[in-house]
Amino acid sequence: MALTDLHAEAVAGIVDRVAQRYRRDPTCIVQILREIQEACDWISPAAIDRLQAVLGVPRTKIEGVAGFYSFFYTRPRGRYRILFSDNITDRMAGNLPLMERLCGNLWVEPGKVSEDGLVSVDKTSCTGMCDQGPALLVNNLAVTRLDAGRIDEIADLVRNAVPLGEWPAAYFAVADNVRRADILLGHTLQPGDALRAARDRAPSEGIAASNMRSWREGLPHGLGGPAATLDEIKRANLRGRGGAGFTTGLKWEACRNAPLKPGQQRFVVCNADEGEPGTFKDRVLLTAHADLVFEGMTVAAYTIGARRGFLYLRGEYRYLLDHLECILKRRREQKLLGPDILGIPGADFDIEIHLGAGAYVCGEESALIESLEGKRGTPRNRPPFPVTNGYLDQPTVVNNVETFAAAALIAVKGGDWYAAIGTRHSAGTKILSVSGDCERPGLYEYPFGVAVRQVLADCGAGRTQAVQVSGPSGVCIGADEFDRRIGFEDLPTAGAFMVFDDSRDMFEVARNFVHFFQHESCGFCTPCRVGTSLLKNLMDKLHNGHGSPYDFAEIEKLNQLLQSMSHCGLGHTACNPVLDTIAKFRPAYERRMEHNDFTPAFDLDRALAAARQMTGRDDAGAHIPAEFGEDA
Amino acid sequence: MTQTFTLDGKAIPFADGQTIIQAALAAGVFIPHLCYHPEFKPHGSCKLCTVKVNGRQTASCTMRAAAGMQVESNTEEINAERRALTQMLFVEGNHFCPSCEKSGDCQLQATAYHLGMMSPHFDHFFPNRPVDASHPELLLDFNRCILCSLCVRASRDVDGKNVFALSGRGIKTHLIVNAKSGRLADTDIALGDKAVQVCPVGVILRKRTGFAVPIGERTYDKAPIAETVAQEGT
Ligand SMILES: Cc1cc2nc3c(=O)[nH]c(=O)nc-3n(C[C@H](O)[C@H](O)[C@H](O)COP(=O)(O)O)c2cc1C
Ligand code: SF4
Ligand code: SF4
Ligand code: FES
Ligand code: FES
Repeated sequence: MALTDLHAEAVAGIVDRVAQRYRRDPTCIVQILREIQEACDWISPAAIDRLQAVLGVPRTKIEGVAGFYSFFYTRPRGRYRILFSDNITDRMAGNLPLMERLCGNLWVEPGKVSEDGLVSVDKTSCTGMCDQGPALLVNNLAVTRLDAGRIDEIADLVRNAVPLGEWPAAYFAVADNVRRADILLGHTLQPGDALRAARDRAPSEGIAASNMRSWREGLPHGLGGPAATLDEIKRANLRGRGGAGFTTGLKWEACRNAPLKPGQQRFVVCNADEGEPGTFKDRVLLTAHADLVFEGMTVAAYTIGARRGFLYLRGEYRYLLDHLECILKRRREQKLLGPDILGIPGADFDIEIHLGAGAYVCGEESALIESLEGKRGTPRNRPPFPVTNGYLDQPTVVNNVETFAAAALIAVKGGDWYAAIGTRHSAGTKILSVSGDCERPGLYEYPFGVAVRQVLADCGAGRTQAVQVSGPSGVCIGADEFDRRIGFEDLPTAGAFMVFDDSRDMFEVARNFVHFFQHESCGFCTPCRVGTSLLKNLMDKLHNGHGSPYDFAEIEKLNQLLQSMSHCGLGHTACNPVLDTIAKFRPAYERRMEHNDFTPAFDLDRALAAARQMTGRDDAGAHIPAEFGEDA
Repeated sequence: MTQTFTLDGKAIPFADGQTIIQAALAAGVFIPHLCYHPEFKPHGSCKLCTVKVNGRQTASCTMRAAAGMQVESNTEEINAERRALTQMLFVEGNHFCPSCEKSGDCQLQATAYHLGMMSPHFDHFFPNRPVDASHPELLLDFNRCILCSLCVRASRDVDGKNVFALSGRGIKTHLIVNAKSGRLADTDIALGDKAVQVCPVGVILRKRTGFAVPIGERTYDKAPIAETVAQEGT
């Protein structure tokens, strides 16, 4: 048999096996593609051929999905696929020189595959290791704390084609770095505590808003626990920790009361996409407190009447998969998941883990649901919202990891206890992911209302120039704002807290974030798809010294357009980092303005770069002197 | 009693389930649009149809009309933003209208005229998008694709075929066809397919029929798009 036939046969075998495990269910295409790639190193046309036959879906659907996610390769990318995390904190820790070093060692150009097809080296968006960067992913497994020594060792391992399983385990160690624990990170609950408390809770006087309408077909009549637990969540005044801060009790109630058509059910989805650069608290919650998170999801299921749940885990956290599956398995054995949880007849709930594949926009809840359904991660048109029309058009609660963990605590300790912590409009605590210029990066959990200055003191930050709160889509604050407080009243945050000392160039910080948004735009809507590219080009133009004050007006205009016309939050916030830094760190921009009124974006000399590379020339004759190239 | 909402000060009647744009067009009021087509499920991606509903911007092709809504559409502010969107679409692709078979019949061009677009304003991206001339009867000139997905919806929902789909992400989003070779000739597309007829711009073209109608006598040469569409609507 010819080699290609052999190959096709082997690929077909793999595709069949993987598809079989997912019940040939097209809603699992993202998971199926991931496993095919893990086995075959890429998703070849032969694999797509087979998959379309096995699943009975058009190949356009498979190619459309494969083409959307950064971590899926429809061209060979080598047996070792190395991606350097390229958040600003990785930059500050020197990721680019390390990447060059690795490329030099391996004789490969960044972004390309080595000539022997062994390895590719490229960059990727923040991998959530900002407290222990610079970091990279090799075949989607995280390697942290890179330095020149480690890079040289990695180059040797790759060159000698050592299987990943035989690489030193220390490379893959990820530290939790919990620096300040409060009620969440310091909890002492045992698995099942929150569920038992929810079961035993009797409806109390007071909040009567919880609609007692039949919510769970199949549970014994007159069960008071679910409604009573929902009351506690509302009493707690818990607000979502994923960024938008929607009141969790109202979300759960809306889902619980959403009518079901025949054959429909309700779903609980935990958003562990954690794609906002600088955020890594969900990583630690899932590492050290997964039981609490799963318990919170189960409490939600019990409260709203859901039988199926999903954990949507970002592809960068692939290394957590086995650990999480183990915990799910144990919880099933403990009767905390599966049929008749805690012996309550009809209280059935189980959780599946779906992995993302490198797409920040899939953190947006409706894009996440699309991805769960095996589609491209395009945000939906809203309304309708997921609470009524979510997963497979059925009522769905989507909450952040930290929200579920807090809900589990509330189920045990009650809403009043929780509401007494924090501030009036921001109950409870918030976990901050602190990174950047400080002595002790890691997780800091505070009651809401903590001042930025306090956090800076605790993490050992000195000569701080700026803090990026809540990541690129959040706000950048300067030194005169360090008395501002974390909370929905003042500085709402999904958790990122990136510190920049006075040696940092805030223009480059903003430019890094703009590149991030451009790379992560889903491409669905015109303003965000084109606008983020225009903004990136503008920032690169400024970076190259071709900016003029006219460009400020252009940026302002783009911002207006993206805010008013974009389809989802990504486009709405994409200009934030630039606007904030222009307002607060204008000298960083002015330093780059060689021209005070107008300057052409086009640089004749730069335009010849491709020709120089092709001809291998770099002598004076291959350049256009500045007096012609610029200002001409 | 019919329900109404207010569009730029005018009462517009609507039926339950109608979107704002459907009701407006039925009442003879034009709202610019590119990815909306009365025969297909709305997509909501081009954002040309954006209006302000009770002060908040939203796409009128996906937003259901509700009684008493205050909708602004034909304002200087909104039209300026729409104009910027058409400029974005022009620089994102390669649109050389004078040599385009669709010129005069093209919704993007006509909408740009309608909005008073005088220049592309932004720097051109000049993407490299090879054409697909593999099919004996049809040409695909991807240079002009605005990713409206009308061909995708027509092929899937009317022709029952899935000839077209979107792949890639962000600025690399692009149209693909249903063949391992990636060539239109190897798909099951047929000349009579709805997908062949819906492209609002000049991507999906029939071969050997070019310039049958001379420029100057084409759809939007005779009457601007606002009139043409509003008349069709009523
Ligand atoms: C572009 C974008 C990315 C997002 N990424 C995340 C994320 O990684 N994790 C998250 O919990 N929420 C994310 N969100 C917010 C979710 O849409 C949603 O509001 C949240 O998961 C709801 O959970 P909560 O109420 O518990 O916060 C994102 C939103 C947008 C617009
Ligand atoms: S598709 Fe329309 S806008 Fe593009 S070149 Fe042709 S006529 Fe011009
Ligand atoms: S080919 Fe035409 S119809 Fe299809 S997506 Fe592109 S512009 Fe729209
Ligand atoms: S491209 Fe995804 S929101 Fe606009
Ligand atoms: S016509 Fe409404 S978004 Fe395109």
